[in-house]
Amino acid sequence: MKINSPLEAYKFLPATNCGECGEQTCMAFAAHLIDRSKDLTECTPILEEKFRKKYEELDALLAPEIREVVIGVGDNVANIGGDDVLYRHKLTFFNQTKFAYDVWDTMDEKDLIERVKYIQDFKKFYVGNFLTVDMVAVRSTSGDPEKFAAVVSKVVETTHLPIILCSFDPEVLKAGLEVSKDRNPLLYAANKDNWKEVADLALEYDVPVTLFAPNDLDLLKSMAKTFAEMGTEKLVLDPGTFPTGKQLRQTFNNFIKVRRAGIEGDREIAYPIMAVPFTAWMAHDDPVSASYWETVVASVFTIKYGDIMILHSTEPYAMLPELHIRDTIYTDPRKPVMVDPGMYEVGEPTADSPVLVTTNFALTYYTVESDISSNKIDCYLWAIDTEGIGVEAAVAGGQLTAAKIKKGIEESGFNLQTDTTHNTIILPGLAARLQGDVEDETGANVMIGPADSGRIPGWMEKNWPPQKK
Amino acid sequence: SRFEVSKVDNWKNKIQEVTLGATSADGGSRKSTVTLGGENALPYYFDAEMPHRNYVTVDVFDMPIGMAKAVKGNYEDVINDPAEWAKKVVRDFNADMVTIHLISTDPLIKDTPAKEAAKVVEDVLQAVDVPIVIGGSGNPEKDPGVLEKAAEVAEGERVLLASASLNLDYERIAKAAIDHGHVVLSWTQLEINAQKELNRKLMKQCNVPRDSIIMDPTTAALGYGLDYAYTNMERIRLAGLMGDDELTFPMSSGTTNAWGAREAWMVSSPLKQDSDWGPREYRGPIWEIVTGLALSLAGNDMFMMMHPTSVQVLKEITQTLYG
Ligand code: B12
Ligand code: SF4
Repeated sequence: MKINSPLEAYKFLPATNCGECGEQTCMAFAAHLIDRSKDLTECTPILEEKFRKKYEELDALLAPEIREVVIGVGDNVANIGGDDVLYRHKLTFFNQTKFAYDVWDTMDEKDLIERVKYIQDFKKFYVGNFLTVDMVAVRSTSGDPEKFAAVVSKVVETTHLPIILCSFDPEVLKAGLEVSKDRNPLLYAANKDNWKEVADLALEYDVPVTLFAPNDLDLLKSMAKTFAEMGTEKLVLDPGTFPTGKQLRQTFNNFIKVRRAGIEGDREIAYPIMAVPFTAWMAHDDPVSASYWETVVASVFTIKYGDIMILHSTEPYAMLPELHIRDTIYTDPRKPVMVDPGMYEVGEPTADSPVLVTTNFALTYYTVESDISSNKIDCYLWAIDTEGIGVEAAVAGGQLTAAKIKKGIEESGFNLQTDTTHNTIILPGLAARLQGDVEDETGANVMIGPADSGRIPGWMEKNWPPQKK
Repeated sequence: SRFEVSKVDNWKNKIQEVTLGATSADGGSRKSTVTLGGENALPYYFDAEMPHRNYVTVDVFDMPIGMAKAVKGNYEDVINDPAEWAKKVVRDFNADMVTIHLISTDPLIKDTPAKEAAKVVEDVLQAVDVPIVIGGSGNPEKDPGVLEKAAEVAEGERVLLASASLNLDYERIAKAAIDHGHVVLSWTQLEINAQKELNRKLMKQCNVPRDSIIMDPTTAALGYGLDYAYTNMERIRLAGLMGDDELTFPMSSGTTNAWGAREAWMVSSPLKQDSDWGPREYRGPIWEIVTGLALSLAGNDMFMMMHPTSVQVLKEITQTLYG
């Protein structure tokens, strides 16, 4: 983005304070443009013909430093790039790294379909949502255009996920494109030998293309420049991912250099970057070591500027940390991580259902909520206002106390005596030390649940309903 | 067209160098020492050479404690003997250093007297010749006394005392370090201003020399607040490089915290909708590795760890990036 204060953006807006954008004033809207929480197209008046020039000027000023590239179509489209900063605390990172897992054209059909479905369906619940992976990379290992086309068709039939077509042979890429052109696949890759033919394909089919210049940033830049001059800026840069030794260090620095140059304003190199942690399989024979190393390399380049990557291991012990490190880096540091305090109903609780106490830290709340709901336990779940602190830290820091719990109960309008048949509260195991105080403050029976909410189902079987004394 | 990029021009300040351990030449009995810090850029960046690699100190406890199954399997034979435990991590698991946690001193655990706990420190110093870290139980009332006694018996060995924090009598810990020639771990909870405050107090109020402070800005596990921990460390390191001399110290991470994440230790997901989590024997170590690795990229210098595979892989990746 070429401007950095709301005032600079304001100068281009219609200045009518009409409110169409959902903001009271143009100035307020301008502030959202600068922190990228609103899109210029939400100001409908500026889209009118008479403001055309202003719109275009402002749109150009607001464009992120790193170009955005779109792969795929429809609901499953993958946007990559679009960043404006080198450190997440300076704003936030946009468009999280896309993970593409490979299939190859010498796989037998049953394995192929199974693997594609596994990739498509892989999911892990986290803070109210499922973490999932994004794409399928189809590699030509046969070198045979027909074989490649057949496998690409199968993949297209099996999944809506965006795809990457991988081969250095333009004939092979063309065969793949013919059967997947409506899906806007990413081509992988143009290099110093095939770039002319691959550029022609990218232009003819109007699809994004990866430029591959292993450890040669001069070449990478001049290819990017040439492609732009030929008419496409839908480019992804692959400076090579060398999995070991000094070359890995070089790879790391290549990523830093390319992104730094882009953010600092060198438009010729300001494109999304691709990492290929898959190369770890060339350095390790044993599959566990290879998977581990691939995950490690993937983590490095998720943190440092990889926008898209090709991976091989679909072991959960590789995919889970990959998904979580990506979430870690791309979570918007400006967003609060709390839920509204109060009494939540999970499932369809009745007066006989248990009443569980937890905190309003989003991570805690959603973890507990999903542990309960996925095991079909009907209950009341009480999110106490701990100012967004988890159970253990809130007990230690004094945000989760008997008084707070009592206050939470009163404010929610829930009455333990009349709304339940048992007048019982279940505290988290990590809040066990509050038991006596909570009994005194609320007059309710207090039971201590397990330390980890994942164990609530087993605990319930043994302990609920409570024995009458 | 040629590719060009400039070096960062406002990284003008060097991170303080801090040495742990003392050899006989310096009045100690360690065979080797470890020096942290000295960076003039973010880790592994081309902007400036990184003078020292990352180091790993492996956790040892003065009594058996609860551990994830995958971790425990490695220590069953030594769990009742801190000295043997320390030997094992150096000999078999390539630990650069050893951390002895005196957790039995906690009044709520065994309330071991400081004097008795100090004997364990002596045993560990006897058993291994690498630099050591001495940790209390985390009890703010008890820790100052425990660490004072430990500092006394470790006189001259230049250990790292873990830790001074804002919620205990940090002056006593600072004084113990100064009196016996040790280094203080300045520990705060994921808050850059608290870190500045504590460092300032250690320097100005307690007169701890700059070469005797290491920071622990707190490590939260992958999926459990690593986003805070990562950014907190990155901000601290960037501020240091740009000249905030209350933050130009090397950093240490309690990477073992990663084992608190259920993904690291649970047999399988408690959620029916989740895809299969696969074997936990492989999930746990990689959780610890990725947690540490992320922080290494944020500027962390030293890692407190537990699983041998995690130690091995983290050392391999950080040393590869280091060059
Ligand atoms: C991140 C973190 C912080 C963050 C908190 C961010 C936040 N929004 O919560 C910050 C930096 C603010 C913090 C500060 C402090 N922290 Co802190 N922190 C941690 C850390 C690293 C992770 C905690 C976490 O998020 N866990 C994940 C969440 C999901 O867990 P949870 O809320 O407990 O929920 C689980 C269970 O409780 C259970 N559960 C939850 N609800 C329910 C309900 C029922 C009915 C049941 C049955 C179960 C259940 O299931 C959940 C999933 O497993 C831990 C160390 C660790 N464990 O790794 C230390 C830790 C919790 N902190 C600790 C301390 C001492 C503090 C401070 C007091 C330090 C200080 N001196 O300043 C302050 C207190 C600050 C405050 N309260 O204002 C100690 C607590 C020691 C103790 N047991 O008393 C810990 C264990 C670290 C340590 N070993 O010293 N901390
Ligand atoms: S819609 Fe446009 S003109 Fe109307 S208030 Fe918003 S920014 Fe101003």
